[in-house]
Amino acid sequence: MISFSNNTLSHSNSDIVFLWSLRGLALLAGSLLALVFAFLIRESWPALEQIGLLRMFTDPGWFPTEDSYRLTPIIFGTIWATCGSVLLAAPLGILSALFCHFYAPPFLSRWYRRMIELLAGIPSVVFGFWGLVVLVPIIGAWQPPGPSLLAGILILTLMILPTIMLIAHSSISQVPVTYIHSATALGLSRWSLIWHVVLPTSRTGLYTGIFLGLARALGETMAVLMVCGNVVQHPSHIFDPIRTLTANIALEMGFALGHHRSALFISGLLLLGLVICFVSMAEVLRHRSKYAVT
Amino acid sequence: MSETSMTVVVWTAATLITFPFLWLVGDLLWHGWHQLSLSFLLFAPQDAGREGGIGPILLSTALIVGVCMTAVMPIGIGTALFLSEYTRNDHLLGRLIRGSLDVLAGVPSIVFGLFGNALFCQALGLGFSILSGGLTLACMVLPILIRTVEESFRAIAHEQRVSAAALGISKRATIQYILLPAAIPGLLVGSILGLGRAMAETAALIFTSGYVDRMPTSLMDSGRALSIHIYDLAMNVAGGNPNAYATALVLVGLLIIINLSASWIAEKWTSFNQLPT
Amino acid sequence: MAILNLLRPFLSPSSRIGFMCIVGLLVVTSLAQAQEGKLVITGSSTMAPLLLEIGKRFEAIYPHTRIDVQTGGSSRGIVDTINGLADIGMASRALKPQEEHLHGSVVARDGIGIILHQSNPIQELTNSQIQGIYTGKLTNWKQVGGRDAPITVVHKAQGRSTLELFLQYFKLSIRDIHAHVVIGDNEHGIKTVAGNANAIGYVSIGTAQYDATHGVSIRLLPLLQIPASIDTVRAGTFPLSRPLTLVTKSRPTGLTKTFIEFAQSAQVHDLILKQYFVPLQQ
Repeated sequence: MISFSNNTLSHSNSDIVFLWSLRGLALLAGSLLALVFAFLIRESWPALEQIGLLRMFTDPGWFPTEDSYRLTPIIFGTIWATCGSVLLAAPLGILSALFCHFYAPPFLSRWYRRMIELLAGIPSVVFGFWGLVVLVPIIGAWQPPGPSLLAGILILTLMILPTIMLIAHSSISQVPVTYIHSATALGLSRWSLIWHVVLPTSRTGLYTGIFLGLARALGETMAVLMVCGNVVQHPSHIFDPIRTLTANIALEMGFALGHHRSALFISGLLLLGLVICFVSMAEVLRHRSKYAVT
Repeated sequence: MSETSMTVVVWTAATLITFPFLWLVGDLLWHGWHQLSLSFLLFAPQDAGREGGIGPILLSTALIVGVCMTAVMPIGIGTALFLSEYTRNDHLLGRLIRGSLDVLAGVPSIVFGLFGNALFCQALGLGFSILSGGLTLACMVLPILIRTVEESFRAIAHEQRVSAAALGISKRATIQYILLPAAIPGLLVGSILGLGRAMAETAALIFTSGYVDRMPTSLMDSGRALSIHIYDLAMNVAGGNPNAYATALVLVGLLIIINLSASWIAEKWTSFNQLPT
Repeated sequence: MAILNLLRPFLSPSSRIGFMCIVGLLVVTSLAQAQEGKLVITGSSTMAPLLLEIGKRFEAIYPHTRIDVQTGGSSRGIVDTINGLADIGMASRALKPQEEHLHGSVVARDGIGIILHQSNPIQELTNSQIQGIYTGKLTNWKQVGGRDAPITVVHKAQGRSTLELFLQYFKLSIRDIHAHVVIGDNEHGIKTVAGNANAIGYVSIGTAQYDATHGVSIRLLPLLQIPASIDTVRAGTFPLSRPLTLVTKSRPTGLTKTFIEFAQSAQVHDLILKQYFVPLQQ
C-alpha cells in the first residue's frame, strides 16, 4: 500500500517544490484561527484582567452599563437555539438529499437541488427580515410576544438546511455505484438499501455536513438578532424570547465603550470555547468512523 | 420502518422544505417586482437608496466576491490537497489544521468583521476597501471550501493513485491530471456554498469594505455590498422597504445565474472527462 | 464543448500564475492612486444615510473632495475619531462628560416618541402609566383603559442613546425594566410593533412619522398631551429629543471645518427633512 507519509518517495523536483508550497498554504490556513484567537484575547484583555471570567457567571445580571456582566442566560440561549435548529435541520437535510437521489424523478431532483442551492445563498438579512415581518407576527398571534426561541430555531433551520443537504447530497453521490447495484441485486428494498448501505458508507460526509451546519448556526448573527427577541433570560418554554452570544455582540458593539466593549469580546471568546467543545466531540466521533471500511 | 411509510416521510420532508422557500421568494417577488427595471440595475442610489438604482453596489459586490474567490481558491485547494494526500488520518499537524478550520467555521460573522477590520484595515493599512472586504470573506469561506474539497478528494477511489504510482507518474502529476479533474464536482459544491456564504455576508463587510455607495474606481475604494444595502434599506432608512425587496430579488436572481452556470460547467466537464466504461 | 477546448490552455498552472500576476499588478497600481481632500466619517448608523447625502451634495459643490461615510455605531465613531482613524465621528447623542475634551457640532435633532399598533384604541398615556408598563406593574391593556390583552413591551438595547434618554426622562433604572422584546435599530422596533397588535415601544419620531404616513400600522402617542411630530420637536415644545452630533478631536480646521459648516448650514435643511430629522433653528 502506498504510504502517504510526508517525505515523498519520489525524488522529482517538482514533487518536492509542490509539497513545500502545499505545506505553506496549509500553514497559512491553519494560522488563521490563531490570529482570530489572538485578536479576541487582545480586545477582551481589559475585561479579563479587571472583571475576571468568574464574574461572567456570578454577577446578578447583564447590565454592562452598570458594571454587571452575567452571561449565563445568553450562553444557554445560544446552546438552545443551535441544538434546536440542528436537531430539526439534520434529519430534514439528509432526508432531502435522499429524496434527490432515490425518490424523486430525475427532472424534479435536479430542480429541487437547484432550489436548495439558491436557498444557500440568500443573505441572513433577508431571512431575518422575512422572519420579522412574516413569521414573528404569526407566532405572536398564537402566543405573544412573537420574537422567541421558536422563531430563532425555525429561521436557523431554514438557513443551515441547504448546507447539510448539499454536502450530504455530494457524499451520497460518491457512494460507489457497485454497492447499490449489488444490494439491489440481492433484493434489498429501497429503504433497506439506504439505511444499511448508503448511509453508513457516506457517514463521514454526513457528519461534515451536519457539523458545518452546526457551525453556521452557532455563528449566525443578523437573523437571530431580528427574530429572537434579545431578552436576557433563561427561556421557560419555546415561546419565550432569548438572546444569543452573537446577537449580544451585534446589538451592543456599536454603542459600547471601555469595559462594556471588552466584555462583549469575552462573549466572543466564550462562543469560540463552545465551538471548540463541539469540534472536539465531532473529532471523537469522526476519528472512530474514519477507520470504517470503505 | 416499512418501505411505504419511509417514502411518505421522505416526500413530506421535501415538501416541508419547499413550502417556506416558495413563501419567502414569493414574498420577495410580490413586494419587489414592480421596482425592478434596467435603470434600477444601472443607476446609482439616490436619497439614501430609496430612489435610484443599485449599479455601483452591484459592481462593488462583484469585485468583493471576485477578490474573495481569487484568494480562497489557491489556499483552499492547496490545503485540502495537503490534508487529503499528504497526511494520514492520525497525523498531528493535519488534525490540528482540520480542527482549527472547523473552529473557524463557527466563528460569528461579526467577529470576523471586527477581526478583518483590525487585521486588514488597520494592521495592513488597507483601510475600508473592497480588498479588505474580499480578504475577510476569504477567511470565512476557507473552512467550508477546504472541508468539502477534502471530502471529495478522499472519496476518489484508491486504485487511481495506486495505478498512477505503478505507472511511475509523479505525485504532482497524479494530482494535477487525475485527482483534480475527478474532484471537480466536489470543488464546485464547495465553491457554490462558499460563494453563497460570501454573497450573503453582512456583518463581516460593514466593518471592512464599508458603507460608501459610490462607484468604485479601484480595489482600494470602499464599496457597499448588496447584503449591506438590503440591511440598510430594511432596517435603517425609513421607507426603504420597496427597494430592499427589489435588491433582494436582484441578489436571488444573481444567485440563480451563478448556480446554473456552475452546474452547466460541472456537467460539461464531467461528461468531457469521463471515459466510457 | 469547443469553448472548453479553447479554455483548456488557460486552465494550466502557468496560466493561472500569470493571471494572478496580472491581478497583483492591478492591485499595486490601484494602491498608487492617492486621494486629495478626503474625509472619513464613521459612527452612528442612524446618521449615516443623512451624512451620505450631505457628503454627495458637498462633493458636487467641491469637485476634488471625497467624503467616505462608514457605519459601526456611535461609540465606534468616537473611538475612531480619538485614534485618528476617522476625521469626523457621528454620534446620535450629546457628548458624555468623559468626552468633554472632544469637540462636538450639532447638525440636527431627533425626537423620541412612544408608538403603539394602529389598532390599539388608546389615544394617550400618562407618564406614570408608561412607567408602570415598562416596569411590569401594568401588564394588561385593560388596566389603562384599552382592550383585554397582555402588553408586549418593546425596549432598546443597552448603551444606546435613545434608551438612556428614555430612562432619564421617565426616571427609571435599567434594572427596573421588564421587557418582552429588545430591539436594536429604529426600523427593527417599528416592524416589531407593527407585527403585534398589543405592543408598545419607543423609537425616533421622524422614522415613525414617515412610516405611519406610508401605511405601516403604527401610531405615535403624544407625551404630556403634546403631539409627537417633527414640527413640535422643531418648535422645541416636545420634551424628549436628542442632538445628532459630529465629533472631532479638536476644533475643526481645513476641509473638516468647511464640511461641518456646510452640514450645519441651511443648504442641507431639505436633506435633513428628507431623512425625517429636525434641522436646527438658525
